[in-house]
Amino acid sequence: MLNYIIKRIGIAIPTLLILIVVTFYLMHSAPGGPFTSEKPLPAQVLANIEAKYGLDQPIWRQMTTYLWGILTEFDFGPSYKYHSRTVNEIIGQGFPITLKYGFWSFIVAIGVGIPLGAIAAIRKNTWIDYFAVGISIGAQVLPNFVMAPLLIIVFTLWLGWLPGGGWHGGDWQYLVMPVIALSTSYMASIARITRSSMLEVLNANYIRTARAKGLPTKTIFFRHVFKPSLLPVISYLGPAFVGLITGSVLIDIFFSTGGMGYFFVNAAFNRDYAVMMGITILVGSLTILFSLIVDLLYAWIDPKIRY
Amino acid sequence: MNYLPKSLAMGFVLATFAASSVFAAGTHPVTGEALADDQTFTYSLLDEFTTADPQMVEDVSGSYFVRDLFEGLMNQDADGNLIPGVATGYTTNEAKDVYTFTLRDNARWSDGNQVTAHDFVYAWRRLADPATASPYSWFADIMALENVGAVLSGESPPEALGIRALDNLTLEVRLTASLPYFAAMTTHASTFPSPQWTVKTFGDDWTKPGKIVGNGAYVLTEHIPNETATRERNSLYWNNDATIIDKVVTLVINDENTDFTRWQAGETDKGAVPSGQYPRLKAEYPDEAISFPRLCTYYYTFNLSPSGQEALQDVRVRQALSYALDRSVVTDKVLQGGQIQAFTFTPGATAGFEVPAVAFGQMTQDERNAKAKELMAEAGYGPDNPLSVEVMYNTSEGHKKIAIAVQQMWKETLGVEATLANQEWKTFLKTRGGQNFDIARGGWCGDYNEASTFLDLLTTPSGYNDGKFSNAEVDELMSSARTMSDATDNYTRVEEILANEMPVIPVYHYTGVFMLRNNLKGWPFNNVEQNVYSRDLYKVAD
Repeated sequence: MLNYIIKRIGIAIPTLLILIVVTFYLMHSAPGGPFTSEKPLPAQVLANIEAKYGLDQPIWRQMTTYLWGILTEFDFGPSYKYHSRTVNEIIGQGFPITLKYGFWSFIVAIGVGIPLGAIAAIRKNTWIDYFAVGISIGAQVLPNFVMAPLLIIVFTLWLGWLPGGGWHGGDWQYLVMPVIALSTSYMASIARITRSSMLEVLNANYIRTARAKGLPTKTIFFRHVFKPSLLPVISYLGPAFVGLITGSVLIDIFFSTGGMGYFFVNAAFNRDYAVMMGITILVGSLTILFSLIVDLLYAWIDPKIRY
Repeated sequence: MNYLPKSLAMGFVLATFAASSVFAAGTHPVTGEALADDQTFTYSLLDEFTTADPQMVEDVSGSYFVRDLFEGLMNQDADGNLIPGVATGYTTNEAKDVYTFTLRDNARWSDGNQVTAHDFVYAWRRLADPATASPYSWFADIMALENVGAVLSGESPPEALGIRALDNLTLEVRLTASLPYFAAMTTHASTFPSPQWTVKTFGDDWTKPGKIVGNGAYVLTEHIPNETATRERNSLYWNNDATIIDKVVTLVINDENTDFTRWQAGETDKGAVPSGQYPRLKAEYPDEAISFPRLCTYYYTFNLSPSGQEALQDVRVRQALSYALDRSVVTDKVLQGGQIQAFTFTPGATAGFEVPAVAFGQMTQDERNAKAKELMAEAGYGPDNPLSVEVMYNTSEGHKKIAIAVQQMWKETLGVEATLANQEWKTFLKTRGGQNFDIARGGWCGDYNEASTFLDLLTTPSGYNDGKFSNAEVDELMSSARTMSDATDNYTRVEEILANEMPVIPVYHYTGVFMLRNNLKGWPFNNVEQNVYSRDLYKVAD
C-alpha cells in the first residue's frame, strides 16, 4: 500500500508539471493580455507595465521565473487586475469560503442523497420509490442558476428570513441558500447512483443466499448490501468533492460569497495570468489528491482490490 | 438573568440614542429637511473595485472610492462645476501653461499630518514614474506636464516633471501646451495626493484598512474583497462638519437581477436595474427608478483600412447602412432604458457642445429608408446583387439583441445579408484593433466633459481609431481646437463631416439607470461625468 502511495505521488508531480506548462502556454496564446482594454494604453505606458511584471520576457523565462517563485518562496505572483493584492491573498481569502460552503454542500448531498437512493431501492416500485425518484429528477433538472434567484426571492424578499447574499465570515444565515443551491443537483445524482447500484446488489446471488439462510433484512442490508453498493457512489464522490470545494462561479455570482469560483472565471476573462495559474495549480493538486483518496477507499471497501 | 434597574436601563438607552445621533437627527443645514437617524449609505457594485490607490486606479467604481478617501486640488459640485478642494484657488498666466495653486492650511491627512504641496508633487511624480507602472500614467501625458514624455520613457528622472512646491501651500505646474481646462483635470482621481510615508512603509499594501492614510472625507475601515467594503467619516477632514453621511458600505453583487432583488428587500439604497426592465420598474417605482444621460456613445465602426471590405469603402454604402438603422427600435424596443437616439458621435449632454442639425438626423425614418435604398442602388447593390457584411461584437446578450435588430432592419430595408459574429471581450479588442472586421461594435465614454474626448477618436493619429478613418480636415480642426478658448464651431464642423463621410454609425447615447431609494438625497444627476462625493449625500427622515 505504502509503495502504491509513493508511486502515485511520483506520478502526480510530473502530471502537475505538465498541467502547469500546458496551462501557461494556452493562457498566453489567448488573444489580448491583462492590460488590453477598450482604450488601449500608449506604447510607453504598456512597456513600463510589462517590464514591471516581467511580461516583456520570453514565455519560457516567465514560466521558469514563476515556477521558481513558487518553489522557493511559495509566491504565486501578483494580481494584474487588483493592484494591491497577490494571488496568495486572493486564494487565501476565496478558498476557505468555497471550502466551507462546498464542504457543507457535500455533507448535505450525501446525507440526503444516499438515504434517498437507498430507500428508493429497498422500496422499489412503491410510492416511496416514485416519490424519491421524483425528488431527485426534480432537483437534477432545476439548475442552480434558476434555483439561486428563486431562493433569494422566496427567503429574502417574500419571507425576509435570510440575507440575500454576502458571507459575514460564513455565519449560518449566509450559508443556507448557497448550500441548498449547490447541493441539490449533486444530491440528485448521488440518489440515482445509489438507487441503481443498490438494486443491482440486491439482485445478486449472494444476497439471495443470505435471504435463504434466513438472515434478518437489517443484517443483510448493513453487512452485505450497503458497502458494495457504495462503490460507484464513491467513484463519483471524489471528483464531485473537488468540484464542490473549488467553487461554483454561479453560487459566487448569485450569493456574493466572495468564493474562488468567480475569481477563477474572472481571471480568465481579465487575462489575470497569475491568478489563473494559481487557482489551476490548486484545483489540479486537489483533483490528484482526491482521486488518490478515492482509490484508497476502494481498497478498503472491496477486499478484491489490492494495490 | 440579570435585570438592570429601570432608570439605569433607560439612561443607557438614551445615551445610546444620543451617541448615535450626534450628526443625525437634525435638519439639513441648507435645505432644512429633517435628517434620518441612520446615515448609512449602502450601494451595490457589479464587480470588485480594482484598488483605492489614487495613482493606480483605473475603474469607475475604484475612482469613487478614491474621491471619498482622498481629495484633489479641485472638486466638482452637483452640477459638475469646479469648486475648491485642497486648493482654495489657482492663478494662471496668459498663455495658460503655468498654473499656481494655493492650498488651504487646514487640510489634514487622516493620521494628523498636514496636507502640503509636497504631497501633490510626490503623487504626480509617482503617477508618471515608470517604476510605478500605473495604467493611468497616460493621464500625466494628456495633462501635458513638462518633461512627461521623458519621464514616462525613463530618460529623465521623475523629479524632472513640471510640478514643484514653491512652499508648503503653493504648488506650481508647468505645461508644454496651453490648456485652458487644466484645473478641471485635477478632479481626476489619478491626480490626488498620496502620503509618501505610508506608501514607503507598506509598499503595495498601503491601501488596506488599518494602513491606508487619506485626506478625504472618509477612511476605509473594512474591505473584504468581492464581498464588502466600508468607509467611515474622517474626523480630521477639514470640512467634516458639513458631512452628513456617516458610513458608506458597498456590497459586491455580480448579478443584476439579484442586485435588484436585494434592493427590493431593503439591503441597499442604490441598486441595479436589470436590462430591459426599466419601463416596468419606472411604472412601479416612479420616484426610485432613475434614468439620466451619460457621456457615452454606442456605435458601429466601419473598417476603412486596406484590409476592410471593398464595398464599405464606398461612402454611399456606409450612409445607406447608417440611414436604414432605425435608432428608435434600438432605444424604445430593445433597450427601453430611456437611451437617446444618436446621429452625432458626441452626446448632446457634453458641456459646451450644441448638437448640430446634421441632415440625416432631421429626416423621418421613412425618408431615411427611402434615401438609403436610393444610395444602395447607386452603389450597385440591390436584390440581384445583395451586399454581404459581417457584424462583429463582443459576447453579451445586450449587444446580441441590438445586432439582431440591426441585421433585420438592413435585411428588410436594403436586402443586405449581414452575418453576426461575436468574440469574448479581449479577443474582440484584439480583432478590432487589428482591423480584422467589416463592421464592429464600439462604445465610448468621455474621459472629461468636453467634445474632444469623443471627436479625437476619429482623428488619424488616434490609437483608438480602430476603423482607421482618416480625414485631413478633421485632423486639422481637432488640432486647432486644442488651443481655442471656444472650439464649438470646430466640433460642429467635424460632426458634419462625420455625418457625410459616415466612418461610424452612431446608434445611441447611453443613459445611467439605477434604483435609488427616495430618502437618499443629493445625488448629482446633473453631473454628467457622475463624479459622486458621498459627503454631499444625505438621508432624510421617512
